[in-house]
Amino acid sequence: MEELWQALGKAVELLVTFDAEVMEASGRSLAIAATSCSITAFICLPLGSLIHFSRFRGKRLLLNIIQTFYGIPTVAIGLMVFVLFSSSGPLGGLDLMFTPAVMVIGQVILVTPLMLGLTISALNGVDKAITETAVSLGASRFQAAIITLKHARYAVLTAVIMGFSRAFAEVGLALMVGGNIKGATRTLTTAISLETSKGDIELALALGIVLILIALIISLTLNRLQQR
Amino acid sequence: MAIIETLSLGQKYGRQYTLKNINLRVDAGDVFALIGPTGAGKTTLLRLLNLLEKPFEGSIIFDGINTTGPNSHYLEIRRRMSFVQQKPVVFDMSVFGNVACGLKWRHEQSEAIKQRVEGALNLVDLIDYENRNARTLSGGEAQRVAIARALVTEPEVLLLDEPTANLDPNSITKIEEVLAHTIAEQTITVVMATHDMSQGQYLANKIGVLMNGKLLQTGSPDDIFSSPISREVAEFVGIENILDGEIVDKDGNLATIDVNGTTIQAISDYAIGERVYVFIRPEDIILTLAQDITSARNTFRGRIVKATLIGPLFHIKAYCGFPLLAVVTRRSAQELGLIAGREIYASFKATAIHTIKK
Ligand SMILES: Nc1ncnc2c1ncn2[C@@H]1O[C@H](COP(=O)(O)OP(=O)(O)OP(=O)(O)O)[C@@H](O)[C@H]1O
Ligand SMILES: [Mg+2]
Repeated sequence: MEELWQALGKAVELLVTFDAEVMEASGRSLAIAATSCSITAFICLPLGSLIHFSRFRGKRLLLNIIQTFYGIPTVAIGLMVFVLFSSSGPLGGLDLMFTPAVMVIGQVILVTPLMLGLTISALNGVDKAITETAVSLGASRFQAAIITLKHARYAVLTAVIMGFSRAFAEVGLALMVGGNIKGATRTLTTAISLETSKGDIELALALGIVLILIALIISLTLNRLQQR
Repeated sequence: MAIIETLSLGQKYGRQYTLKNINLRVDAGDVFALIGPTGAGKTTLLRLLNLLEKPFEGSIIFDGINTTGPNSHYLEIRRRMSFVQQKPVVFDMSVFGNVACGLKWRHEQSEAIKQRVEGALNLVDLIDYENRNARTLSGGEAQRVAIARALVTEPEVLLLDEPTANLDPNSITKIEEVLAHTIAEQTITVVMATHDMSQGQYLANKIGVLMNGKLLQTGSPDDIFSSPISREVAEFVGIENILDGEIVDKDGNLATIDVNGTTIQAISDYAIGERVYVFIRPEDIILTLAQDITSARNTFRGRIVKATLIGPLFHIKAYCGFPLLAVVTRRSAQELGLIAGREIYASFKATAIHTIKK
């Protein structure tokens, strides 16, 4: 117990002195998650609108499949990305293994079903009359989609933040394809898991506190959004 | 020149037709009122005209363009119209933003947008609300936003679906004024659905009666109100006296009609022996206490069954061998002492009667 208190003290010290290692891992975690999340949003908002506004056979099935992938295990994606990008894999030539780039690629694949599915539900939540009114007032299909998205803005933002939260908190994928290389691919979550197993509880705790704080901020933001 | 023409237009959602064999012709500059009871298919027809739905059968020709044909440019055609829906939805943004949408979508310059939106808001008297979120407006105000939003694009065709339904009398008057002003000032074609016939009469130069998905009669308001083609139409346009009769004699076009043992003289084209409906508008009946010598050919002695004050008028139900409803002003009802049980004489001219074959 004594040891734990000591470790916690050290952890707080690391935080308030802006310890370089803590800051670096936190910064990288945020940067990678933000990048992958932006790319995913860039894909999912138009794609989600396209799926929502089109009528085609198998739409139901597609929506079901998307939902099934909401909770796909991160290690499964890790394995897939690993096989694709390892030196003997089909994309091995790109030489991206153990770089932040491949971590972003993995996170985009990981988060896409969730953000896509939630974007579609967000659009579903908008009164059909809004879209129809826009069309009747002379909006093109694209213009009608934009105004519908605007009416779903809080729900769409929620989808994006949920995606960010999943990317930010995952560890399996980052560890498998990033490799927790200090100064290159080490993130909050990979550092925590490795430092803990190495026995450096102080650093792990400091990193854990940052992780929890950020997760808390995300969750508060989501709560605010859902009340609107 | 017809700007809108429908050919055997039909729509159905399930097994039953909601609209069947609609052949409508609206000329440029017309104000065409579609009247009909609830569920008649007015909204469905307007939605089809606005190309929001695809018809089950038939076609719509807009300014010579067959909209159901291949290569139909829905967006281009739709941008020449505006539609104020029955339950208008305002966008979750400022009143200004709502009205500006249509212009933005047509890629107008922002200076022009500002000017035209403000003009439209002035017209509907909402200029002071331009920065308010439209979702906070009352029903009547939201309706005015919807009208401003439709007019601001200066459409060639304005489609209105019950523009004053569920509104208070003040809002109705205001909206009717705006519409009358627009119709007078602009070269615009209007197709409006309403179940308020007086509104149709006030604003429209043509009326189409839609019932049960069928267009039963089209014509000038006067045609429809004085010569309905069927009992259903007559009832709908408020002809409350509908009697069953048979033509028993003819002198030129003056017919003698036997109604329930009483004879009525009427102008009619039908021949002796025809069974007909006899329509008499309540406002064409004159009630007196003594048998005046009037020019009216029909005078009947009867008794008042019931007198009810509705708005400014007394509705008098009487029985003169057949039931009859008359309306008189409050003042004359009081002067004559028209109360239940009172004996009266009811007279009406032969020309005030419209007959149709059963
Ligand atoms: N999308 C739809 N699916 C199924 N039935 C429909 C649909 N739209 C309209 N109907 C039916 O078609 C009929 C005509 O409806 P419509 O709304 O056109 O009538 P209306 O004349 O506008 O009536 P109101 O005066 O009440 O507005 C109704 O019986 C209605 O239930
Ligand atoms: Mg309707």
